[in-house]
Order: sequence, then C-alpha cells, then structure tokens
Amino acid sequence: MDLAAIILIQVLYAIASLVVISSGLAVIFGMMKVINLAHGEFMMLGAYAAIEAIRFGVNLWVAILVVAPLVVALIGVVLERVFIRRLYGRMIDTMLATWGLSLLLIGVVTSIAGNTTAGISAPLGNFAIGGYSVSSYTLVIIAVAVVLGVALRWVLLHTSLGLIARGTMQNPQMADALGIAPGRVYSATFAIGAALSGLAGALLAPMTGVVPTMGGAFIAKAFITVIGGGPAIVAGLVSSSMLFGAINQVATFASTPVLGEVALLVGAIVMLRLLPRGITGRFFKGAL
Amino acid sequence: MPVNANRTIPVADALSRFSRSWKSAALALAVGSIMLIVLPRVLDDFALVQATVYAVMAILALSLGFVWGFGGILCFGQSAFFGLGAYTYAIAVTNMGDSTVPFMLAIVLPAAFAAVLGYLIFYGRLSDVYMGVITLTVTLILFNLVNSTAGPEWKIGSAALGGFNGIPNIAPLNTPGNIDDVISPRGLFELSLAALLGVYFLLRVLLAFKMGRVIVASKENEQRLLLLGYDSRVYKLLTFVLGAAIAGLSGCLFANWGAFTSPTVFGLAQSAQIIIWVIVGGPGTLVGPVIGCVAIQWLTTQIGTQQTINSNLVLGAILVVFVLMVPKGIVPSLGELGMKLVGAARRTRRSADDTRNVAQDDTHSASREEAA
Amino acid sequence: MDRRAFLKSSAASVAAGMAGSFPFIAEAADEILVGGITDLSGGLDIYGKPMADCLTIAVEEWNAQGGLLGKQIKLLNYDPQSSMQLYTQFAQQSALKDKVAVVHGGITSASREVMRPVLDRYRTLYFYNTQYEGGVCDRNTFCTGVTPGQTVAKLIPYAMKQWGKKVYVVAADYNYGQITSQWVKKFVQDNGGSVQSIDFFPLDVTNFGSTISKIESAKPDMLVSALVGGSHMSFYRQWAAAGLHKKIPLASTTFAGGNEQIVLSPEECDGFLVSYNYFENLDNPVNKAFKDRFHKRFGANYPNITELAMGTYQGFNLWAQGVKKAGTLDRVKVIEALESGISIDAPSGKVSIDPATHHCVLNVSIAQVKNHKLDIVQTFQNQPPVDTSAVCNLIKNPRDNQQYVIKL
Repeated sequence: MDLAAIILIQVLYAIASLVVISSGLAVIFGMMKVINLAHGEFMMLGAYAAIEAIRFGVNLWVAILVVAPLVVALIGVVLERVFIRRLYGRMIDTMLATWGLSLLLIGVVTSIAGNTTAGISAPLGNFAIGGYSVSSYTLVIIAVAVVLGVALRWVLLHTSLGLIARGTMQNPQMADALGIAPGRVYSATFAIGAALSGLAGALLAPMTGVVPTMGGAFIAKAFITVIGGGPAIVAGLVSSSMLFGAINQVATFASTPVLGEVALLVGAIVMLRLLPRGITGRFFKGAL
Repeated sequence: MPVNANRTIPVADALSRFSRSWKSAALALAVGSIMLIVLPRVLDDFALVQATVYAVMAILALSLGFVWGFGGILCFGQSAFFGLGAYTYAIAVTNMGDSTVPFMLAIVLPAAFAAVLGYLIFYGRLSDVYMGVITLTVTLILFNLVNSTAGPEWKIGSAALGGFNGIPNIAPLNTPGNIDDVISPRGLFELSLAALLGVYFLLRVLLAFKMGRVIVASKENEQRLLLLGYDSRVYKLLTFVLGAAIAGLSGCLFANWGAFTSPTVFGLAQSAQIIIWVIVGGPGTLVGPVIGCVAIQWLTTQIGTQQTINSNLVLGAILVVFVLMVPKGIVPSLGELGMKLVGAARRTRRSADDTRNVAQDDTHSASREEAA
Repeated sequence: MDRRAFLKSSAASVAAGMAGSFPFIAEAADEILVGGITDLSGGLDIYGKPMADCLTIAVEEWNAQGGLLGKQIKLLNYDPQSSMQLYTQFAQQSALKDKVAVVHGGITSASREVMRPVLDRYRTLYFYNTQYEGGVCDRNTFCTGVTPGQTVAKLIPYAMKQWGKKVYVVAADYNYGQITSQWVKKFVQDNGGSVQSIDFFPLDVTNFGSTISKIESAKPDMLVSALVGGSHMSFYRQWAAAGLHKKIPLASTTFAGGNEQIVLSPEECDGFLVSYNYFENLDNPVNKAFKDRFHKRFGANYPNITELAMGTYQGFNLWAQGVKKAGTLDRVKVIEALESGISIDAPSGKVSIDPATHHCVLNVSIAQVKNHKLDIVQTFQNQPPVDTSAVCNLIKNPRDNQQYVIKL
C-alpha cells in the first residue's frame, strides 16, 4: 500500500517534470514553429539566476518563481530582437543559430561562473509514507505544473493577449491588417516561452546538479514531449506528458532508470507510428 | 524590351545548371583524385592521420547531405547508422578475425535496420518534424542501451560491449584473405578518400538518372509525384536505406581510424554535429556537407588547442555569426560569389559589344512587334 | 598467430626495451615539450580544470628553478571537450606532430584506454595521474593515482566498524564503477559483511527517485557510492531531499573528486566518508608551502585542490625526477630511470614508483565531510598498489600490455 502511494507520487512527479520542462518549448515551437535548440540553456540560465539571487539574500521562493523567469524572459527578448527575428520561416537557419547560441551560452556561463558553483538544496524537508520518506519538494513541483497548465490555458483562451497571440500565429497577415504588430507578438511570445524555460530550470535546480552543461539532459525529452503532443499547445503538452511520464516512471520502477528512459523513447516511437500527427492531431482536435 | 535581356544569364539558374551538370562532378572528382595522389606523398604522418578522420566524417556528412538535401528526409538520428556501422565492424572483426565480412556487415546491417525503421516511418506517412523526432529517439535508444552494457556479462560472441568505455583495440582492416597484412595509416587514408570519392560519384550518377530525379521530386512536391503515379514511399525508403549504408561505411572506417568505438557515436552531440556540418556547408549540394564537415572539424580541433577562451564560447559565436552572414551555407554562397564574378566579367566584356548592337536590336525588335 | 595477439605483441614490442630507439622526441629549440590532455569543457570539466591548473604550476615551478636538463619546459595543453574522438586526435597530435616528451592526461578510464594504444603505437611516454580501478599493465604507461587496493581497502573496514555490516552499493555504469564495486564487495565480505545490491547508473542519469525508494526498502546500514560526474551529483541532492542522509550514512570512492562537498550544502553531505591520497588540510610543511604557492598563483578563493589535481602535480614531478636521473629525454632510458626507484616528497607525503607495476606507493587517508571541507580522521603510510601487483609484473614480463580485470 505504501509502495503504491510512493509509485503514484513518483509518477505524478515525472509527469509534472515533463510538463514544466516542455512548457517553454511548447510555447516557442508550438506557436512560432521555431526549433529552439537552446531550450536547455534557457533552463540553465534560470537555474543560475535563481542561485545568484539566493546568494544576494533573496528569498528562495521569490528567486525561483519570480527572479528566474524574469531574468530569462529579458534575455529572451534581447535574443529575439537581435537575431531570432531575422530567421523566422527559415527553420534550418534557426536550428543552426540556436545550436550556436546554446554553445555560446554554455561557454559564457562557464567562463563567468566556473564549473563548480554552490547549488540550492531542496527546501521543505520530507515527509513519511509508511516506511518510505518522500521529499516534500516533489509535491511543490507537481503543484506548479498543475498551475502552469491551467494558467496557460486560461491566458490563451480568456485573455485578449491570448487571443491576439493565437490569431497572429494562425494568420499573421490578417492580424497585421487588423492593426496588430506581428513583430511585437512574436517578441512577447518568445519572452514568455523563455520565461517558462527559466522557471523550469530554477524549479528543478534543487533536484539536479546545477552545472553549465545541465541543459543537455532535458532537451531531447522536451522535444519529444512537445512534438508528440501534436499541434494543440496546452492539451498536447499535458496529454503527452501524462503518457510519457507514466511510461517512464512505471518502467523505471519495474527495472532500472535506463530502461525507464528507453521505455519512454520506445513509447514515443510507437505513439508516433499510431498517431502520425501527435496526440492532439487525432484526439482533442480543436482543443487549445 | 530591355536591350540586354537575352544576354545576361540569371545567376541562380546558371549556378544550379552547373551544379547539376557533369562538369561540376568532374571538377570535384578531379580535385579529389589529385588529393588522393599527392597528399600521401606530401603530408607527414600526423597530418595524414588527421586527414583520414576528416575524410571519414565527410562520408558521414555526405550521407546526411544526400538524405536530407536531396531526399527531403529530416533525419535527426543519422548517427544511429554511423554507430551501428562502427559497432558491427568492431564486434564482427573481434569474433571473426578476417576483416572482409565485417567490412561488408558494417554496411549491410545499418542498411537493414534503416529498411525496417524506414518502413515504419514512410509507410506510416510521417513527415517532417515527426520524422525528425522518431529518428532522434531511435539514436537515443541505441545510446541508452549500448551505454548500459558495461558489465562483463554483455558480450556478443567474444566481443565485450564495454558500455561507456566502448570497445578498444579494434583490429584494423586487412587484405582480404591475408589476416596479417593489415592496413597502414597511409593505406587507411587512401581507402577513406577513395571511398569518399566513390560515394560522391555514385550519388552524382544516381541523381542524374531517373531514380535520382524522382527522389528529388518527392522532396520538392510529393503530392505532384503521387499524382504522376509514383509511389513516393518506396523512393523515400530507398533514399533512407542508401544513406544508412553510407553512414555505416563511415562508421566502419571510423572504428579503424581510432581503433576504438564508444556509445558517444550514438549520442545527441554526434547527431547534432552531422546536421551542423550539412547546414554550414549548404544543404542541397553534395560538396557542401563535405566542406562544412572539414571546416567545423578543423575549427573544433584548433579551438581545443588554445586555452584562453572557453571552447564552447568560440564555436558558438562562430556559428551564430555564420548564420547571420552566410545564410545559405558555404558552398552555395561561394558558388554564387563565383557566378557573380563570372557574370560581371562577362558583362564588362559584352557592354562594349552591346553599345554597337543597340541600334540593330531596336530595329529587330520593332519589326518583330509589328509581325506579332 | 591470432590477430589480437599479433596486434598486442606489435604494440608491446614498442614498449619493450628497444636498442637504439630513434630520436622521436623534439629536443630542438632549447625547449622540452610536454603534452597535457584534460577536459576543460563538457561534462567532465569539473575534474579537468584543477588538473590542468596543477600541471601548469608544476611546469612553472621547474622552469623557475632552471628547467629540466638545462632547458625550459613548454606545456602544450589540449581540451578534448569530453569527446573520445578528440582525445584520440590530441593524443595523435602530441605524439606525431608536437613530438612531446610525455603526455600527462586522461580523466575517465575510457579516455585513458583510448589514448594508451595511440601513445604506445607512436612511442610516447604516458602518465595517467587519476585515481582509477587498477589493473593497467603497460611498460609505456605510469599510473600515479590511487587504486581500490589502497583506498577502498581502508575505507570499507573503517566505515563498517562505525556503521554496520549491511551495505548497499550504487556505482557509475562503466568499467571504473563496475570494477570498483567488485572491490567494495570483496572488502565488505572480507570484513564479515554483506552487499545487498549493486546498482549501476550510466553517466547521464539524473533521475534517482525510484532508486532511492529501493534503497529505503532494503534498509541497509550504509550506502557506498561510486558515482561519477556532474549528473550523478543529483543523486546526492535527491538523497538529501528525501531526508535519507540523516538515516543512512554514506561512504564514497569518488565524492569530492569534483568538489561536490563545495557545491552541496553542509546539511546535504556532512558525515560522508571518503578516502584518498591527498587532502588540503594534510599537516606537513611540503603541503603548506605548496598551498601558499598555489593560492598565490591561482587566487586565494580557489575552491579546493582535488585529489586528481594533486595526482597530476605529483605525476609530473615524478616524471621530471625520472628525466633528471636519466639525464636524457630518451624514452627507454627515462623508463629505466623511473623503474630504478624514484620517490618524491610531495604535499601528500612520500610518493614512490613501484617498478614492477608502474604504479605508486602512496599515503592514504580517510576523511569526513564537514562544512564544505574534508576533515582527516586517519592516515595510513606507504600503501603499496596491492591490487595491480597481484596481476602485473613488468620486470618479469616487460612486453605485457593490457588492463587486467582483477578477478575476485
């Protein structure tokens, strides 16, 4: 019974991690079709921003939930203005540019911060379920993931910002004709995507090591989750996270973490074979 | 009607005609053959060994350049076939001793794997990004699996897989039938460069014939191709399999060059590298990926030799600047530059003639308009 | 002859004594060239940077005292960026193009096994200065780092006496982790204990949630960790996040090699036991003087001089003493000089080369993590490399050239 509870929490945690990691990419790729290979590095920047803020005495929660997303959003705006915007529609060039960007960011952070930095330890301690102890922080991450999903959907569906964004993505010329500057919308969307990535990095920092190269571990999973989800942003993100997170964690419990990863990857292949347009290409069509 | 309309050749057309004609192939092959004959005599041992790995990786770049640039298949996992080639050779030669069969297996096995994978992808009507993701996941699966084979119980025949450490001390190729006559570093260079030229030639010939044109057509406009009665899936599958075979060949030669293979050949970094080579060199050409590969490899090595600035920083900055300044890739940009120079030379020569011919042209065009 | 044997013998013949080895080493331009190949970027840079720094200061110290054989030493540093292909390329470059007198480098055993055959083939002396799993038997190679027969042999009995007999092992999934965990099992059983499970994790795994639950349900008396690298640091984080570091004590053969005790907070890792050759707070005059010089050169805020970094410093000094004794850079003569019994007074104590194995006799200390530092609890003098001695004797078999996996 205890073990079942533990497994359930671990599965929810795995799903929540995927949601959190992939949300930034879902916004940037899902809405702008920009393959951002520097996504992992945005996460890394968020983690470092949080660490530096904490070193300056900022409260841990403010650092993770406020400072990190803001800092990375700012960096995202700058990058978008300076060169991402020249590359819209040129998928190949954005791939090369963002790959170069990811190397650049790793290099810059390594030069400034060095490879050994004090990290953050997980707050809130732990609690016991029967004979097992679980970190309370995992519950925080699960909560944040839920809030994120709900908030994203609400913004896209019920605010004018969301409406403008959706409209511009669907038909930029029409939006332009209606008096909305597509350039501004792209900037804002990229900034929000970057902010979400930064938040993810800061959020996961207490649970993983913070080193300049930490981004590489997440990018493949993020891509697979986002693309497996299909065209709908939020519904796709949530549904594919649930599917892959569950497969990953259950397989891990049944065997080893490596086979858990392999199971996730195999699951992705099988799913794409059955649903060539991603999950929301077939189910939840028309959802957001 | 503008006077010089029929005289000035638009740059893009001329360039693409040249690159598709036998002239560009002959030029490339000529340059390659000269290098094949001259370099072993001129370069010292170290430079030859370096040149070998450049040639081997260039074959890999060529495979993706063909599959992506001409077949339109965005394969994020070309390293899977590269790695399979390397590991197949390593395992087979450790078990069999003589290297002839391992060499062939290293080409055939990745191709067979690609046939199965390709069937899954193309007959499932997967396209662009989704296809990219599946190929990426495949190479990651292979990486994860092979990476966890460090224990002594993981062996195929007498070859221990070795996990993260990989398989060291791989026996090099030998003359078929004579196990002790192993290939020398110079011989390996000649073989690699010859293989590169051979693959290039094969692909150029293929692209010149109908099958090649169908392959390109399926990239340009698949629907039109289908309406014309061709089954694009078959052609895509063939492209994919051929690309995998070439990548497998490259993997086999790589295992020979370094006398080792490790799971990083399947990794994300390796996969991304190949894509970067093709983009930098210029997708849509065959020479481009080769040049992009050599340029980036050389750059990476040079950057690793200096210690002042972090390697990632330098390489990243170079790539970013490159994208902004040379958007089409090295070879197409050089080609355009070349064409512009040629065109400018022709124009200056002709403008002298044209001022003489202006009057006659006007008369001719006027009479044609009356007749029409 | 079997193909493999043929290749091994042809490589080994290179390492064996050769009358009249031709002058492959560049002695021109009044400079001695030394190659350093350590990762300064990529996942292993946490280990590589201090190692490169120690190599630099070692070279500078010798140059300040007039160089070696009357010539200044020039250090050529390469950054393989954690890529095996680049390790191969730079090994080839050092040997063929630069024609260095010696290569000091390699961090993981994987990188060593990639470079060793290349340096053998091109007849360049190789010093591998990192602690590793033992067993390399190659006349062209000197391994100056500690091995399990020296460290694990002392760490496990000490830990078991303090904590108990039921041991759970987590290790990195490559040959270092595989072999070291076998040694842990041997010493646990020799001391009357039992190993409940040995779990392996590839180097890029960051998700240890299910593992931690597994460990909890096994209820061991202690946990032994042979995890390696930046990703595996997340294990310690998650272990502490689940509150287990207070319940189950931990000993490690690799912790602190990458300054993990500085990155993690005291609540997360105080009380961990480690065992190495060198610790910064070893109390002897050589170490004090070295630390002064090092901090003057690299800044007082330098995080911590790691075991691997000191291994590099000591390895370089051993080589230099060997060259000085031989009076020449000729590879075979230097090897013979090194085999004649070279020892140095290093910051970790006395370090001597064991001629039969090309490994070192070293002091070994056990330390406990406390407040971002390592407090020494016990020191053992002059520990010989018993694990490699059991399988390797280069005096009897100078043509031997392989890494033995020691059967336990």
